[in-house]
Amino acid sequence: MIDPIFLAEAAVNGILLGGILALLALGLNLIFGVIDIVWIAYVDLVMLCMYLVYFLVQVYGWPVWAGGLASLAFGALLGVAVHLLIISPILGSAPVNQLLATGGLLFFLQSFATFLWTTDHRSVRLSLPSYEVAGIFLPLTRVIPFAISILALIALYVFLTRTFVGTAIRAVAQDREAMSLMGANPQWIYVVTSAVGGLMAGLAGTLLIFQYSVHPFFGGQFGPLTFMICVLGGLGNMVGAFVASFIMSEIISLAGVVWSTEMGYVIAFVVFIVMIFARPGGILARRG
Amino acid sequence: MGRALGGTLIVLLAVAPMLPMAGMKQYVLHVMIQILIWAFIGGAWSLMGRFGLVSLGHGAFLGLGAYATVLLWNFYGLSPWLGGVVAVLLTAGLAAVVAYPCSRFQVVGHYFGLVTLAVGEVIRLLIVAERSWTGGSLGVSLKPAGGDSVVAVQFADKRVFYYAALALWLAGLWVWVRVDRSMARSAMEAIGEDETAAASIGIRVTRFKIGITVLSAALTAVGGVAYAQYIAYVNPDTLAGIGVSLRIVFAVVLGGMYAMAGPTVGTALTIALSEYLRIAFGLRLIGMAETIYGFLLIVFIIFLPAGIYGSLRELIRRRRPTPVVA
Repeated sequence: MIDPIFLAEAAVNGILLGGILALLALGLNLIFGVIDIVWIAYVDLVMLCMYLVYFLVQVYGWPVWAGGLASLAFGALLGVAVHLLIISPILGSAPVNQLLATGGLLFFLQSFATFLWTTDHRSVRLSLPSYEVAGIFLPLTRVIPFAISILALIALYVFLTRTFVGTAIRAVAQDREAMSLMGANPQWIYVVTSAVGGLMAGLAGTLLIFQYSVHPFFGGQFGPLTFMICVLGGLGNMVGAFVASFIMSEIISLAGVVWSTEMGYVIAFVVFIVMIFARPGGILARRG
Repeated sequence: MGRALGGTLIVLLAVAPMLPMAGMKQYVLHVMIQILIWAFIGGAWSLMGRFGLVSLGHGAFLGLGAYATVLLWNFYGLSPWLGGVVAVLLTAGLAAVVAYPCSRFQVVGHYFGLVTLAVGEVIRLLIVAERSWTGGSLGVSLKPAGGDSVVAVQFADKRVFYYAALALWLAGLWVWVRVDRSMARSAMEAIGEDETAAASIGIRVTRFKIGITVLSAALTAVGGVAYAQYIAYVNPDTLAGIGVSLRIVFAVVLGGMYAMAGPTVGTALTIALSEYLRIAFGLRLIGMAETIYGFLLIVFIIFLPAGIYGSLRELIRRRRPTPVVA
């Protein structure tokens, strides 16, 4: 029998991991919901942002906040570049080709990163205190990202529901033909959405570099899980993706302690497959 | 003209091992065997891919086929001829288990891609997790039979594998043509266009979808067995999971998935390109070869969405004057 304290610790770790997954899923889910394209290379963009923060903070000695801001701007630029260079020429072609073009980007980014920076693992270590609550360690380097990802979710929600551009994004997500009939330009909305999605990648990169070391294949570690969370939560459904992040992270974390890390992922993926059949519109979708 | 060209190509391929190649023979044969086996696997993928069932998890079928055969030989001494049959049956079973709910609940498009992707990852992770007998991420080598053996399907001479791979590739093309000319093709095309409409005119949607998925998966497993016997080593990262699944899809899309020769053209090009880049850059610039490969993939998908062979064929057809119907 496993000591309950281990399970409790695993559950807490699951919550902290869930915050990270939610952050990764937010930006991708926005793009997924609005442009209806899966950016297979999304987590690889996060990887690039992690490298940027690493070099700025660790190598050039920038303060963390400045590195973070630079990463946000870089992420937004990357998002716009990916949209204009890769997605927009093939918006009209088969969905397979769109999927594969971003898959090609994945190969490109992984190997270009290997070429530039080799496969060394790099990380930025901050010395922040760790708190102990009821025998469970809570390192601040993991609690702060968790808090920021919740703030980011709220900010994104407010942006989408309370601003003019946000309303336009939601309108395009609902019906892009109707939007162009109303005289709005979906192309412009796509660019804004990609920029916001990229910004989220920049934020995720900033927070992740303090907990995980970055290497060219970082995308493979979190990529598949991130798409699955988006689908599980429901396309473009921010709250659904948020809940799905925590379901997946708890499964991985608890099964990881009880069984093994790989089996944790296996169970999470099987749950994903079963859920697609049971609730194709996402976990929070109304039953049709 | 196409028939004559095809005949010449087959004769050329048949005599290739006899041609003098000044010490390069082993290497050329090695590359050719890889192209033939992966082209066969790509063809198997395109059987379902061309009908809109885009699987991103063919690594699952490839890995299951290869691992089952190798493990049965290593632990029980079961000949790969029998082990291969067991492996193909296992894979067909897995494909049916995945395909049934997918067609029952109408999981199509992105969703089908992501479900199959998850299946591919599940198989890879299971192989890694069961490391005590699968070797985990280190992979496992085929137990040597000690010399050439038909029972163990192990030969020192590459020419044996070359002809076996050639036969396999031709068999794959034959299956492709059979499916292309069958009723199933019309039915699958109708299903790919509009499932509900197809069902309304009496096409058994579920049966056809499961059938084509099982066929595609079983052939992929055969390819996996062939590859494992040739390389004599299996590894979860090269035979299961996302990486290999995407590579199969890329090669087919590059060549064109709607034409018989598409998967072969695409596979030959991707393997030739990566071999060329590997030799050109060697160990000096690690990663450069794949960087160029990834870049070319993006460019090709944007500018030649029908694939290289598909676009070429269209170009030739357009040039040729259309016969006037009196």
